[in-house]
Amino acid sequence: MSGNAAHAGGFRPELVCPAGTPAGLRTAVEAGADAVYCGYIGPTNARNFPGLNFTREEMAEAIDYAHARGAKVLVTVNSFPPAGRFEEWRRAVDDAVAAGADALILCDIGVLEYAAEAHPGQRLHLSVQAGASSPEAIRWYVHEFGVKRVVLPRILTVAEIRRVQEAVPCEIEAFVFGNIGMMAEGRCALSNYATGRSTNMDGVCSPADQVSYRKDAQGNLNSRLGDFTIDRYGPDENAGYPTICKGRYNTPVGRCKYVFEEPRSLNLVPLLPDLVAAGVTALKIEGRQRSRAYVKAVVSAFRRALDDLAAGGTPDIAALSALAEGRRTTTGAFGSKAWR
Amino acid sequence: MDIVMGPVLFNWPAEQWRDFWFRIADEAPVQRAVIGEVVCAKRAPLYFDLLDEVIERLQAGGKQVALATLAEVMSDVDRRTMAQVVEMAEMAEIEINDVSALWLLEGKPFAVGPYMNVYNERTLGHLMKKGARRFALPVELPARSLAVMAAAATEHGAETEVHAWGRAPLALSARCYHARAHGRTKDSCQYVCEEDPDGMEVRTLDGRPFLAVNGIQTLSYGCVDLSTRVKELRGLGVSALRLSPHSVDMVQVARIFADAAAERISGEEAHARLNEAGLPLPAANGFFHARAGHEWVA
Repeated sequence: MSGNAAHAGGFRPELVCPAGTPAGLRTAVEAGADAVYCGYIGPTNARNFPGLNFTREEMAEAIDYAHARGAKVLVTVNSFPPAGRFEEWRRAVDDAVAAGADALILCDIGVLEYAAEAHPGQRLHLSVQAGASSPEAIRWYVHEFGVKRVVLPRILTVAEIRRVQEAVPCEIEAFVFGNIGMMAEGRCALSNYATGRSTNMDGVCSPADQVSYRKDAQGNLNSRLGDFTIDRYGPDENAGYPTICKGRYNTPVGRCKYVFEEPRSLNLVPLLPDLVAAGVTALKIEGRQRSRAYVKAVVSAFRRALDDLAAGGTPDIAALSALAEGRRTTTGAFGSKAWR
Repeated sequence: MDIVMGPVLFNWPAEQWRDFWFRIADEAPVQRAVIGEVVCAKRAPLYFDLLDEVIERLQAGGKQVALATLAEVMSDVDRRTMAQVVEMAEMAEIEINDVSALWLLEGKPFAVGPYMNVYNERTLGHLMKKGARRFALPVELPARSLAVMAAAATEHGAETEVHAWGRAPLALSARCYHARAHGRTKDSCQYVCEEDPDGMEVRTLDGRPFLAVNGIQTLSYGCVDLSTRVKELRGLGVSALRLSPHSVDMVQVARIFADAAAERISGEEAHARLNEAGLPLPAANGFFHARAGHEWVA
């Protein structure tokens, strides 16, 4: 299918949902996901957190389960194998293909080359971790490896997404809900600088075993990553998880402690009709690390909204926005260039 | 081992930028110079009319010259700037920092900059098939991976460079943090990044130096210094040491590395001299040792 023309009315984009565990996958499928994405245990995927991800057996079972219910499974092998360790990533690709994955989500040029050569019929998606943010970059991946879909970095406005969509010969998948990192995906070594564990090579940002909370003499709670204080919370504030790009710091200018961004998550619900009109093939929900209850609520609400849109109706934006209740959200880069 | 002067990452006034490269051309013991705009397309028009004379002077000084492309290509301005640079491929070799440039190069030979994610030998091999002849490796690669990469490159007749001195480039964003700090946006920045010739310091709330902001780029606060590891780097088969310009005497920094590379002075002596000639920043070599990047392993 080509994504070359913006979709006419009645088009129903694919709803792509996170699955951190086999139980989470079943929950997402039952709640109406068209596709789920998930990865193997270990550094071969970009959510390498303890307690998450799939064994080889679990993946094969999960794919059978999803297929029996008409849902697709997209397997993430979306980190960058460091030199000398390519074999682990090669195996993840082979195993995902053997298990019947509907698509592989890849980012490393070497892994893409291997997958395209070893498994010529396999559908390949370009991960957000590849950071392909221009039509030229996307065209190159499509031309080199036959990539069928690109997951766009969360740094483009809807207007820019529309222009990219018009200029590339593949489908487009865009994030609509969940966590948002501030740095261009696949191009951030902040976590490695602070902790010695690399987001790109180890698939983990802010590893939990490097996180600590320390009370200071004034009774404030300091959240720390490695040797660095990432934020400080007064007695009346809820402490958050220390993520470098959402911490508070001092600069010589000092106007804003949140040097990069406030701890907010992405919520593109208000822009949903615009995104669909821009020709996006698939809408992606972030959150492989989230609870089943959260996945169930978010996936069902988006299912209803997309069905309403496809039927020519107006989605219940209030219901979707309620999902983000208690959490501060933003339309991030997508809304307007003023965010930059 | 060669010494390479990497591109100026910061927004220096045009004359300062030109004079910096003139002095490198005339005095610095470097074999290669990489010039051009890596960080922000808005800065390019401020000094691109000086590219010709700088390239000429560097070439007259016996330096190989490469032109770097932007590390992040997103807006139409970014795309135009990238295309403009790629069109100059007759004047100087192009060093690509984003996959976008590969599409425009259409098979011409090129060099690969440190912002390209070339983490393994298979990626390196693929890019060589596309015309890559030289690789400035990602700043976070540890020694054991550098060894594999250098061996793979050498086997195929390509060269490798390692970031040996200067603040480590750590992240890129769509947002300009310089503009944000000053209550502006990227479009209304008024080039406020020019106030910080080495980047704007970011400290933790308890006062510990942590990072440095340079427009859309985030760098380390600490200054990478691999001078004590020069011998090891040569042993790994790395072809060249890349220095990243700061507002200190970079000719002197280059001389110190050239002396260390030629074994006229020890790595320890080089490190001690750099501490006097360089920035008053803590030295870091953690990435090389597969540890947290900010760490210093003596």
